[in-house]
Amino acid sequence: MIDLSKKDSDISHYKDIWVFIEQTDGKPAAVSFELLTKARELASQRGCGVVAAAVGKSVSHLAADVFKYGAEKFYIIENEIFANYRTEPYRDAICELVIKYKPEVFLVGATTQGRDLSGTVATALRTGLTADTTGQEIDPKTGYLWMTRPTFGGNLMATIYCPKHRPQMSTVRPGVFKAVPVDDPKEGEIISEKINFTEDQIVKKILKKVISGEGAVNLGFYDVIVSGGKGMGSKENFGMIKELADLLGGTWAGSRMAVQLGYIPQSRQVGQTGQTVHPKLYIACGISGAIQHLVGMQTSDTIIAINTDREAPVFDVSNYCIVEDAVKFLPKLIEKLKNMQKFGG
Amino acid sequence: MHILVFVKQVPDASQVRVNYETGTLIREGVPAILNPFEEHAVEEAVRLKNEYGGKVTIITMGPPQASEALKQCLSRGADKAYLLSDRIFAGSDTLATSYALYEGARKIVELEGDVDLFFAGKQAIDGDTAQTGPGIATRFNLPLITYLIKIDELNLEEKYVIATRLTEFGQETIKAPIPVFFTVEESLNILSHSPLPYLIKAEKAEIELLSGKNVPLDKEQCGLKHSPTMVKKAFTPEKRQRGATLSGTFDDVVSQTADKIAPFLKKVS
Amino acid sequence: MSDIKYDVAIVGAGPAGLSAAIVLAKAGVNVIVIERGRFPGAKNVMGGVFYTDCMKGIVEKFPNGAPVERHIVEQRMWMIDDESYVGFGHKNAKFDKEPYNCHTVFRAQFDKWLAKQATDAGALIVNQTVVTEPIMKDGKVVGIKTGRPEGDIKANCVIVADGVNSLMAKSLGFRTKLKKESVALAVKEIIGLDEKVINDRFNVTGGQGVTIEMTGSLFKGAEAMAFLYTNKKSVSLGVGMIIEDMIEHKINPNELIESLKKHPAISPLIAGGETKEYLAHMIPEGGYNDMPQLVGDGIMIAGDAATMVNAVHREGSNLAITSGKLAAQTYLEAAEEGDFSSASLSSYVDKLQESFVMSDLKKYKALPKLLQKNRQLLDKYPKLMNDAAFELLTVDGVSKQEKQKHIWKNMKQQIGFTNMLKDLYKIWRSVG
Ligand SMILES: Cc1cc2nc3c(=O)[nH]c(=O)nc-3n(C[C@H](O)[C@H](O)[C@H](O)COP(=O)(O)OP(=O)(O)OC[C@H]3O[C@@H](n4cnc5c(N)ncnc54)[C@H](O)[C@@H]3O)c2cc1C
Ligand SMILES: Cc1cc2nc3c(=O)[nH]c(=O)nc-3n(C[C@H](O)[C@H](O)[C@H](O)COP(=O)(O)OP(=O)(O)OC[C@H]3O[C@@H](n4cnc5c(N)ncnc54)[C@H](O)[C@@H]3O)c2cc1C
Ligand SMILES: Nc1ncnc2c1ncn2[C@@H]1O[C@H](COP(=O)(O)O)[C@@H](O)[C@H]1O
Repeated sequence: MIDLSKKDSDISHYKDIWVFIEQTDGKPAAVSFELLTKARELASQRGCGVVAAAVGKSVSHLAADVFKYGAEKFYIIENEIFANYRTEPYRDAICELVIKYKPEVFLVGATTQGRDLSGTVATALRTGLTADTTGQEIDPKTGYLWMTRPTFGGNLMATIYCPKHRPQMSTVRPGVFKAVPVDDPKEGEIISEKINFTEDQIVKKILKKVISGEGAVNLGFYDVIVSGGKGMGSKENFGMIKELADLLGGTWAGSRMAVQLGYIPQSRQVGQTGQTVHPKLYIACGISGAIQHLVGMQTSDTIIAINTDREAPVFDVSNYCIVEDAVKFLPKLIEKLKNMQKFGG
Repeated sequence: MHILVFVKQVPDASQVRVNYETGTLIREGVPAILNPFEEHAVEEAVRLKNEYGGKVTIITMGPPQASEALKQCLSRGADKAYLLSDRIFAGSDTLATSYALYEGARKIVELEGDVDLFFAGKQAIDGDTAQTGPGIATRFNLPLITYLIKIDELNLEEKYVIATRLTEFGQETIKAPIPVFFTVEESLNILSHSPLPYLIKAEKAEIELLSGKNVPLDKEQCGLKHSPTMVKKAFTPEKRQRGATLSGTFDDVVSQTADKIAPFLKKVS
Repeated sequence: MSDIKYDVAIVGAGPAGLSAAIVLAKAGVNVIVIERGRFPGAKNVMGGVFYTDCMKGIVEKFPNGAPVERHIVEQRMWMIDDESYVGFGHKNAKFDKEPYNCHTVFRAQFDKWLAKQATDAGALIVNQTVVTEPIMKDGKVVGIKTGRPEGDIKANCVIVADGVNSLMAKSLGFRTKLKKESVALAVKEIIGLDEKVINDRFNVTGGQGVTIEMTGSLFKGAEAMAFLYTNKKSVSLGVGMIIEDMIEHKINPNELIESLKKHPAISPLIAGGETKEYLAHMIPEGGYNDMPQLVGDGIMIAGDAATMVNAVHREGSNLAITSGKLAAQTYLEAAEEGDFSSASLSSYVDKLQESFVMSDLKKYKALPKLLQKNRQLLDKYPKLMNDAAFELLTVDGVSKQEKQKHIWKNMKQQIGFTNMLKDLYKIWRSVG
């Protein structure tokens, strides 16, 4: 655990906007670059720098990308013990960096890893953390960060700030901001820190990792989600859902009812107790649109719903309403789209 | 074995409606429920207790009505429930909440003995922050296992647990020493139908009260005033309108739909 | 497995079950109440007029501390058709004096409060548990089974108070399935309004309230009974119809309440209001003739489960409370002898006979049938009354005498003079 007495309590000493560069087995998470892009905008308003920070077994190879998306500095801590993400050593490493370099703002992707990490980091540093935000703004008067997030299952938005504690921390939902490289990337500075951890100081051991296509998936990564509910009628019929998703370069998901009926695994459930998604296109097939489902997808850009019931609540949030039997409709739609793909329309 | 579960009473978010004219939530008539994730946490705790022996204690921080949620945990088979309630906690953000619960839990350790397993829900459905559990674990300096979906092995003699959690790309199985702190997913277990004697016991049980009177608290870390985050404003998101119903013959509708979707078609290489 | 044993097991924490529980617990009896809802009142519905008098001997100083809304100072009766009504009202300063005759209440709050009185007195209430059937031994009821594991409860006596669709009464063979011609489905909305708006619209001040009872045809020509009651910051608007009629006229309850809300006499009263809750419930309207067997060995039935509803006056909760109390008193007497046979418990029926419960139910016993068989009473008369009033009150150069003649003619055409006389006689017989 870190030594809090070393933390500078004068908040005017804290500068720059930091982004946590999340990686798994050396592969960066897309949200990190989305956040760097956003951080550039915030930094230009605030008149400060954009800084990236990463912890891992080896992360220096990420530098090129990090600079391409606008970081001016890249703090890294590399060590064998960071090969796999584990809460405690990652927390302690990040806290070391924060205490030493005093960022004013610290942004983390609201991924499984990011949410696990930020809660413990913020508590260890005794600062505020705004979770799962969808909006970031600098107050022109005070320079504080305004962080906006949905609460109550998306029914209410709250703008939160953290005036007296540093860094101002938030996790940001993947896919909210677009990752845009800078026009003329500059070679930034890589600052490598050491940490005196050894494996025997870490009590948690990872025995097994299962990377599964079928298992966990971050639905937030996809621009297109094709989703099915009880109305799909059978597990087999989800073949159509997967086929359509594939055709659109997206992924597939479903309602809790689809999970309970064994059509899909829980890891693909959208909604209040599943994942929250906001793709560019969400296609809901045979889903009634119970409020617990809607809260997980109603911020999608475009929603298309296929349902036999004209009064299904899902239509109340849909841009296009299709009152048809999804099981009959999807094969035709897929056929049509395949034709378009082949012959260009 | 002693298991402590942190539970929260939340408004049933699915029944909260928005008054778009005033931009506020209509909370009237919205029932308060036990946060769904904790239902599974308690279920798991009771399952482990029945298998390995020991006891399950519950704590919640909230207004007096939150004892309803505690009762529900007792009727799932928990043994004792503590309500941590004090005016000075009003308006706590997650940092202040984890502080209060940390102190409350320390008091429970004093009263009920050392805790082996700590459970919290993955997140509370009203705020969805998922921070409180990690916050408490950090204050106790306990190993944290979030997104728990399975307890593979519990070894009380050698004091370790093997557990599986969800990750971004799949699952991982972790070995950690006891005491350990979990936050749990819904898929951890299937809720069982509690036997009647549990419910009778729950109705008769007294809820134990904790407050500034019997828990030593640093007031500088409590409540709205000492919460680092502040709410600047709250507003309702724009209401979505029902869009066009695509009409015509079946084939027409297929074509119209295909046209809407076409821009997303993967390019064939 | 440990045996769960209580002196008395009560099925259902509605007014009937809770009043029995309070009386028993106060007398030191070990009593358990099993309720299927999340909490008492969670799913219970009524229009919302609760009469004070029945609380005597159950809760002292009612309504002190109880969640009541407004005390009723004016009651209106309307005969309605699709677009008009004829009505009369009764407002009386006596209704504005304590103890108030009746109050509007919300059952979710009221039942919860009543349950608290029961637990404070020492009763045990277990929620979220369904009673599935009685436990029988040698033809006697010796307890109840619940839907939970290890869910059997043994008891000296069971009081069945599980409401209109009583599973227990059915599985005991005390009654057959509910008949669709003698059960009404009622739907109700709670419509939020400013307190001041309510006071202005209903011409009342402070805690005063108004009730409106409506009968007539509202929608597709089918007879409906409707009500509007004022609460503090809302009105309860509801409408009920015999299920058979709903089926016959292909009416869904939603359409029914929607057309009521659009009724020209109603819509201004609820204008600007926001629907806060939507509820639906059944009402047993069969009355006295539909009552099941009330006692058996080790068992008594109270409240709606025993069809103790006075449909004409929309009374039910007071009959439930009273019957629950009488069942409890019967148990206390039987316990002195240690005899819970049906012979011993039959004094429950005697007590009911002596009380207003049975005499009221008897008084109106012919009415449900009468109304069933003579649709015009609820359908054509209100329509004719409205037409007549319209004609009389429209100033259009036709003389009043001429109008009266026309009204008569119209009535005779529609129903016939002798029929009209017969109807009047029948009504007089059944309520007189
Ligand atoms: C605490 C709690 C948390 C919950 N969390 C979630 C959550 O995270 N996510 C979630 O999704 N749900 C959640 N739910 C459940 C939610 O309330 C609904 O039960 C669920 O979303 C319904 O799934 P569904 O739409 O697939 O099924 P249904 O509601 O049964 O709807 C099926 C729909 O399919 C239509 N249909 C039938 N046949 C066809 C056909 N051939 N073609 C087209 N349409 C057809 C029907 O008209 C109907 O609208 C939660 C519930 C609770 C209590
Ligand atoms: C729309 C409407 C308007 C009304 N208006 C009025 C009015 O203004 N004034 C008035 O006095 N009366 C009114 N009534 C009638 C009144 O509501 C009933 O007569 C009264 O509620 C009867 O009380 P009870 O205790 O017998 O039954 P209930 O109140 O129905 O209670 C029965 C209880 O048993 C529980 N239960 C049922 N089955 C089981 C089971 N198997 N296991 C465990 N628990 C079970 C139920 O959940 C319920 O809590 C109205 C009724 C309706 C529907
Ligand atoms: N007031 C509270 N009392 C007890 N436990 C809480 C409280 N708030 C949050 N928790 C626990 O922390 C988890 C995460 O909550 P949150 O950080 O609010 O999403 C919940 O699922 C609970 O297990």
